[in-house]
Amino acid sequence: MAENKDAVTHFDAIVVGSGISGGWAAKELCEKGLKTLVLERGRNVEHIRDYPTASTPVWDFKYRGALPKSVLDANPYISRAAGYDASTAHFFVKDADHPYIQEKPFEWIRGYQVGGKSLIWGRACARWSAMDFTAPHRYGYGIEWPVGYDDIAPWYSHVEKFIGVCGNKDGIDTMPDGEFQPAFELNCVEQHLKEVVAEKFNRHYVSGRWAQVTQPQEIHKEQHRQCLSRNLCMRGCPLGGYFSSNASTLPWAEKTGNLTIRPFSVVHSVIYDEQSGKAAGVKVIDAQTKEEIIYHAKIIFLNASALNTNLILLNSVSERFPNGLGNDNGLLGKYICFHNYRASVSGEFDGFEDKYYKVSKPSECIIPNFRNVYQQDTDFVGGYVIFSAGYREKLNDENVPAVLGAAFKEAISKPGKWGAYMYMQGETIPKASNHVRLSKDKKDEWGIPLLITSVDYDDNDDRMVKDFIEQGTAMMAAAGAKNIVVNDNRQPPGLDIHEMGGVRMGKDPATSLLNEWNQLHHCKNVFVTDGACMTSTGNQSPSILYMSLTARAANYAVEQLKKGAL
Amino acid sequence: MDRRELIKTIAVLTGAAFVGGDLFLSGCREQNKALFSQEDIAFFDEVAETIIPRTDTPGAKDAEVGKFMVLYASDCYDIAQQQTLQQGITQINNTAKKKFRRAFVQLTTAQKLSLLTDIQEEARRQKARKDAPVHYFTLMKQLTLLGFFTSEAGATQVLRHLPVPGTYHGCVDYNGETAWG
Ligand SMILES: Cc1cc2nc3c(=O)[nH]c(=O)nc-3n(C[C@H](O)[C@H](O)[C@H](O)COP(=O)(O)OP(=O)(O)OC[C@H]3O[C@@H](n4cnc5c(N)ncnc54)[C@H](O)[C@@H]3O)c2cc1C
Ligand code: SF4
Repeated sequence: MAENKDAVTHFDAIVVGSGISGGWAAKELCEKGLKTLVLERGRNVEHIRDYPTASTPVWDFKYRGALPKSVLDANPYISRAAGYDASTAHFFVKDADHPYIQEKPFEWIRGYQVGGKSLIWGRACARWSAMDFTAPHRYGYGIEWPVGYDDIAPWYSHVEKFIGVCGNKDGIDTMPDGEFQPAFELNCVEQHLKEVVAEKFNRHYVSGRWAQVTQPQEIHKEQHRQCLSRNLCMRGCPLGGYFSSNASTLPWAEKTGNLTIRPFSVVHSVIYDEQSGKAAGVKVIDAQTKEEIIYHAKIIFLNASALNTNLILLNSVSERFPNGLGNDNGLLGKYICFHNYRASVSGEFDGFEDKYYKVSKPSECIIPNFRNVYQQDTDFVGGYVIFSAGYREKLNDENVPAVLGAAFKEAISKPGKWGAYMYMQGETIPKASNHVRLSKDKKDEWGIPLLITSVDYDDNDDRMVKDFIEQGTAMMAAAGAKNIVVNDNRQPPGLDIHEMGGVRMGKDPATSLLNEWNQLHHCKNVFVTDGACMTSTGNQSPSILYMSLTARAANYAVEQLKKGAL
Repeated sequence: MDRRELIKTIAVLTGAAFVGGDLFLSGCREQNKALFSQEDIAFFDEVAETIIPRTDTPGAKDAEVGKFMVLYASDCYDIAQQQTLQQGITQINNTAKKKFRRAFVQLTTAQKLSLLTDIQEEARRQKARKDAPVHYFTLMKQLTLLGFFTSEAGATQVLRHLPVPGTYHGCVDYNGETAWG
């Protein structure tokens, strides 16, 4: 990109990464008047224009959705990601293009493009409760968060109003209410489960809070966003029905005139200026030409997704920081954690044959955490939420009379038995031994050291799986489920796609890397607001917390800049 | 969730056929070798039409299911499955000749139906036996269902098709309509 020789290289702010958190940093910083450069390693993806499969019917896929074997063989890890198929594969990386080293099995799922994984995320969007922020400290399995629910609550609201989150105000203390648009209704089996779970277990079973615009507010009308339940979200939604950076934050930032996005820009490292004691900018390798470019800014937001942000910081070495930027205590890259998604329970239901739904919904139901909330009441620490849905089977010829011909055609085209499933999303415990580090000798094609992942389950995870299986089975059985099947798939970490930590927030610089405003303790104009900043994992889907922390930190950064404090 | 289960769930929830869902995961090789002949396509068309005939809505032949079966089996099946399927063609024709003195495609609709109904029974018995290899008819039926219900005719004229549904309704009365496509 020769034109960059003359192009502007000085900005007020640099944001690394254009995914869920980077899009939010860009929006807030641009709105507050900062000339902002977003550096994104992948290609550009423009809302609607670059969703090639958004409206492709199944019969127009050569193998009706199945993938060519060559694609599967060449992508043993990424092809196992949830939702990866012929209609979505173009929004995931190819394994061979972006190598890393698994010291222990870890399947690192990435989407490298403008929009990052916001295009393909699952959109579950619930708040943490006050107890989730304090649990690690209260029960002694982690350090104290430097922020609590009350600090974040206004930013949750700020984010929810803008992205559009549907849900009911359920009044549950373990899953606080937010600024919701109308929720998706429960179907009749879900309704039944809700009643049984409330009556017999004193637990909640509610419609999931999901990032879908079910009732557009002014801001969404302006952005032409409305969800009409097509339920093909992961291909990119031409209606802007779900939140992605591409449909929402990035165009909003663009409109201010303050945004510059540079795709194909692989950030190599943050440059530390020994004299000022601050970061001066970042070093970029052009993804295509391999040209090296330096960009300067007053503040830098790292939003490259949790493990990539670790990688960039570890690779940012200087005289002052020989072990990576801000890494005086040697904890950078340690305390990597994730969510435990191993187990599921499913079963069949009789008795609702005269009921159906219309047509399909893009969300699931949720049972908020009921473990270790007010006291430590199990043999494991941490909690889990359960996602669940009821459905009517179709096209299952095992449950259709053994005839052929017209009678068979009629029977098989009708909705079949009712079923429901539950699967867990469990907290995992940050520990120093779960870490990432840089390879000493292996580099990628941009000259950046490969990341080594050394992350695994432990006994606590096994005990939590066991408890979920017992509780899930008990709830399904109490609701009258038959042929209950339980499964612990033991999938490697990474496939949960909720990797976190390595640059954690904390009160004490001796045990953490970031302060309560997501600033590096030792390099205050660098902010880390993606999953790398997480002090613990909680049990809710993490992205809305990343967004809220990002918006909060960005507003703080602008204030500090104005005061001349950065 | 493991991928297999997820596919099943996604399939159930979103409408892609999950018949043969396991096979769906093995991936397809683009290949230009013709493993099956035009005759085989015509044969599969007849098998599929016997399983899913045209009624007041389109049937398998209308959806060119034979062509899909051959493409899918050539590119996405492993060699053992391909052989099973090919042997199936021979066996069905042999049985047809033995019983009716004609090749399968030349039988009357009623003869085809009776013959395949018997074979389906055999396949079901085989399936019930542990460790038994998959029966060719199981493959043929899976391919038929997959091909038909993911075709435009099957997905929109037999199943109910609403590409932009609008408001979702969680619990509605069901009066025997077909499933959502
Ligand atoms: C299938 C799936 C389902 C999910 N479901 C949910 C869910 O229901 N709820 C939920 O909360 N979360 C969910 N997630 C997780 C969610 O996608 C992530 O938490 C979220 O995207 C993280 O945001 P991020 O900004 O940190 O990273 P990303 O969205 O991944 O964005 C990071 C961006 O940085 C870029 N980048 C990386 N390295 C560099 C570099 N060196 N230089 C320049 N750019 C770089 C990447 O290309 C990318 O565009 C799901 C994810 C997947 C894949
Ligand atoms: S469910 Fe909503 S967001 Fe998803 S594809 Fe459909 S309309 Fe778009």
